[in-house]
Amino acid sequence: MKKGKRKDKSRMEFLNTVGIERASLKREGTLVKLSENFVNVKDKIVFTVNGTQYKLKIGDQPGEIDTSDTLAYTLRETLSLTGTKIGCDHGACGACTVIIDGKPVLSCLTLTVECDKKSITTIEGLEDKETGRPDPLQQAFIDNSGFQCGFCTPGIIMSAKALLSKNPSPAEHDVKKALSGHYCRCISHYHVIESVKDAAEKEGTICLKSTDS
Amino acid sequence: MSKEYRFIGKATPRKDAAELVTGKAKFIDDIKLPKMLYGKVKRSPYPHANIKKIATSKAEKLAGVEAVLTYMDVPHWKTGMPPIACVLDRKVRFFGDGVALVAAETKKIAEDALELIDVEYEKLPPVYDVEEAVKPNAPLLYNEIPGNVLPQGCPIYGPHPLQEVVMGDVEKGFQEADFTIEATYAFENFPNPLPIEPPGVIAQWEGPDKLTLWSCNSGPFFHRYIIQAFIGLDIDIRSIAVSTGGSFGSKAAYPQIVFYAAALAKVTNRPVKVYYTREEHFHAFTSRPGSRIRGKVGFKRDGTVTAISADWLVNTGAFSNWTQAQVAVGCGEAQLMLRCPNWKFKPKVVVTNRMPAGAVRGFGGQELKCALIPILTLAMERAGIDPVEFFKKNFVKPGDGYYWRDGNWYVYRGVDFTKAMGKGAEVFGWKEKWKGWGMPTATQGQKRRGVGVGVHGNADVGEDASEAYVQLRPDGTAMIYSAISECGMGQRSNVCKMVAEILNLPLERVNITPPDTLVNPFEFGLGGSRGTYAIGSAVIAAAEDAKHKLLEKAAAVLEATPEDVDTQDGVVFVKGKTEEGISWMAVMGIFSTCTGFGRYEPDYSLSNFMMIFVEVEVDLETGEVQLLRVVPATDVGQIIDPPSLDNQIHGSLGSAGIDTALFEESILDRATGRTINGNMIDYKWRTFLELPTFENVILETPFPSHRFKAVGVGEITCAPGPSAVLMAVSNAIGKRMHDYPLTPDKILRALGKIEGGKE
Repeated sequence: MKKGKRKDKSRMEFLNTVGIERASLKREGTLVKLSENFVNVKDKIVFTVNGTQYKLKIGDQPGEIDTSDTLAYTLRETLSLTGTKIGCDHGACGACTVIIDGKPVLSCLTLTVECDKKSITTIEGLEDKETGRPDPLQQAFIDNSGFQCGFCTPGIIMSAKALLSKNPSPAEHDVKKALSGHYCRCISHYHVIESVKDAAEKEGTICLKSTDS
Repeated sequence: MSKEYRFIGKATPRKDAAELVTGKAKFIDDIKLPKMLYGKVKRSPYPHANIKKIATSKAEKLAGVEAVLTYMDVPHWKTGMPPIACVLDRKVRFFGDGVALVAAETKKIAEDALELIDVEYEKLPPVYDVEEAVKPNAPLLYNEIPGNVLPQGCPIYGPHPLQEVVMGDVEKGFQEADFTIEATYAFENFPNPLPIEPPGVIAQWEGPDKLTLWSCNSGPFFHRYIIQAFIGLDIDIRSIAVSTGGSFGSKAAYPQIVFYAAALAKVTNRPVKVYYTREEHFHAFTSRPGSRIRGKVGFKRDGTVTAISADWLVNTGAFSNWTQAQVAVGCGEAQLMLRCPNWKFKPKVVVTNRMPAGAVRGFGGQELKCALIPILTLAMERAGIDPVEFFKKNFVKPGDGYYWRDGNWYVYRGVDFTKAMGKGAEVFGWKEKWKGWGMPTATQGQKRRGVGVGVHGNADVGEDASEAYVQLRPDGTAMIYSAISECGMGQRSNVCKMVAEILNLPLERVNITPPDTLVNPFEFGLGGSRGTYAIGSAVIAAAEDAKHKLLEKAAAVLEATPEDVDTQDGVVFVKGKTEEGISWMAVMGIFSTCTGFGRYEPDYSLSNFMMIFVEVEVDLETGEVQLLRVVPATDVGQIIDPPSLDNQIHGSLGSAGIDTALFEESILDRATGRTINGNMIDYKWRTFLELPTFENVILETPFPSHRFKAVGVGEITCAPGPSAVLMAVSNAIGKRMHDYPLTPDKILRALGKIEGGKE
């Protein structure tokens, strides 16, 4: 079906991307020209999600990546990875957090076209691929009831995962700081902190044992 | 207590935990039906206006648009109490009110189509204030609602719902008083409960009179019996609740969104999803109602309240789905807190051009307590009474009576909460920290600390009816048929624990059906903390019935009497001879089940209880208030699942709870009628870095409720908080504070450090 002309929905996101392009290309010019340049240079993008490589064409047909598509939108609507949640769609609540090249990133403020050649991990990518068992961090959330409604949980777990990868034994303040951008209206914060600390402690124990042997 | 139980009172992982932490749980926006369309709502940029012209042809021509509806072609369904709010109307009554509906192949096309609808408005003067709205010449919102005052009445509470408290003789009561206090306090920041998941619904017509709904709400039957009441009993509604990202009352039922989706689905003959954006959630869904109490209390020096006379003015915004029900519950709750013989407590529910306000955790309770308790504290201060002692003296005791929401008189038969109050005070260190009214607990440089306390209780723990089946299967598993949805409280998991306990079966062998009205017997839904006692009672009765049937059959096989046989882990045996047991399959055969039924009838003779102690620190130079410590004290009879209960009580900070005393508010731009902080950056919420110390004090004095002697408390966790913070800040700075939330400007103004800023 032929679609009608659509307005560019998110001007802020659009300007952000163009801003990044301008900085990296060190070129002068109007925003519009640069965006055309950006689109013309690439007609497809390639990225990895949870170990699977995707090659997606840039365009406005079903299954393609529109230049205005956010990563949150692409993950959920194009790739059907609905574990990543959208809470506010304006970068304030943290629910959409995924890990890109080791860093926690708000996928609702990231344009998919920015993700070329990047490696993305979502909540679906944490479990052990062979056994299907949840990641020890996810298990710690199960064991410590680190959630109530569970809608903000995938985002919180992704931020916590990124934290523990960088800092395997965080102090409580580090945990709070890493999660300070996450909105949890049920107030599961106290149990979330316990869950992250528990995961860190258990992982620490495992590391220690393997070092001993 | 919990030692005698195998599961009850012990921490067990929630049954749905793995699904939630792995992202596999399906929330409403994760669901796509074949051929599903996306519905969007064109919204009013004015708080009060008539639609003069509306042109939809450009939108209709946009490729991918399947339907455009205006007030001229929507079904004649109405919602509200009474039903006055149309699907779409020729008149708009708040900023963000619905003007037109679009269904399209994608969300983006639907959004684009909204821009192509041209509307010409005739602006009308708006009214926002509850007392302005009832003046003779105030702008009228509805022709059928003279004076903007909604009629009393609440059909779901029966023919004579409690809409005021009038008893005794208030004049005589005032004469008996040592002194009287007159004051006005208000809780009018219209905070948004703001569950992280906005509301949404998918509607699909299976035929002209058969509608299926998928909703994210706190009970699937809400969208069967409520929607049927509005669109006709001849419409057979199958309602399914999916994983729900928080509700806090606000998503119990949302008829408007159901109307939008069902109207679009009807005209397109395709499934339609309407899922609000965060912006719509802020501007066009549900806030807490405004509450203003003009009251007079008669007081004796020993803390006896001799009379109370008050006008309770409730601002419900553009219409009410629940507000008269909240008023009914609030009227009951006022009596639970005050053992007073003479009452003239008169609520008035008023419509204004603000966003519709309605059910939010506390359900009238927080709105009531935030305004009523401060009036009482003026009297306590004058009498020199410690508020904890006042609450101990005045909170309902076994044998006391009260009118509850159905208008009937009940005599309280639960536990005495004095013990919980005492324990809470002890853990908090109240005696050491309380220095008297208007006195700080501690002073250090420009910082002042202060303490406060609030209280709440609700006799809805046993509200409304529930039914359930429990089916024992030959493979040694049990299935609970109960339409409980999951929006964060863990109630689905908790009834599995109850059934596992009764059947002495491993928890993993007990499961519960999806919350779907097609497969389950009647279940009112989650609300009023009724999950533990009301729903629990139905499920327990069903499990006991099923077990009884199983043991009767087993007795015949084992050649014993039913009293002599028992079951454990799917095996039946004669007591004392466990080694000679036989499997459930051996008893019932492979082509059979044992199914029990349970029904619970409402009971309003038990109340729950929550007292919240807070300590705050105020910076006299910046006006900033920090919440340092929160100690909630309660008595729940028996804890079912410790971490779930802890989590729920921590929830008093969120869902427009305690923090409505500090920074949560919907700020209205009176020039445009728009909430100017309607986004998650400008609407303030507490982050992980700002958590106070939290110590839950939970007593377990057995309640005469059901087998497990428990009652729920989720509904009431927020309500005592804000007035406690108001008291604590007033004590810290030695100035009596009035206006929620206590933002730095208000503190500095009270201290005389800045001027102006008032409207």
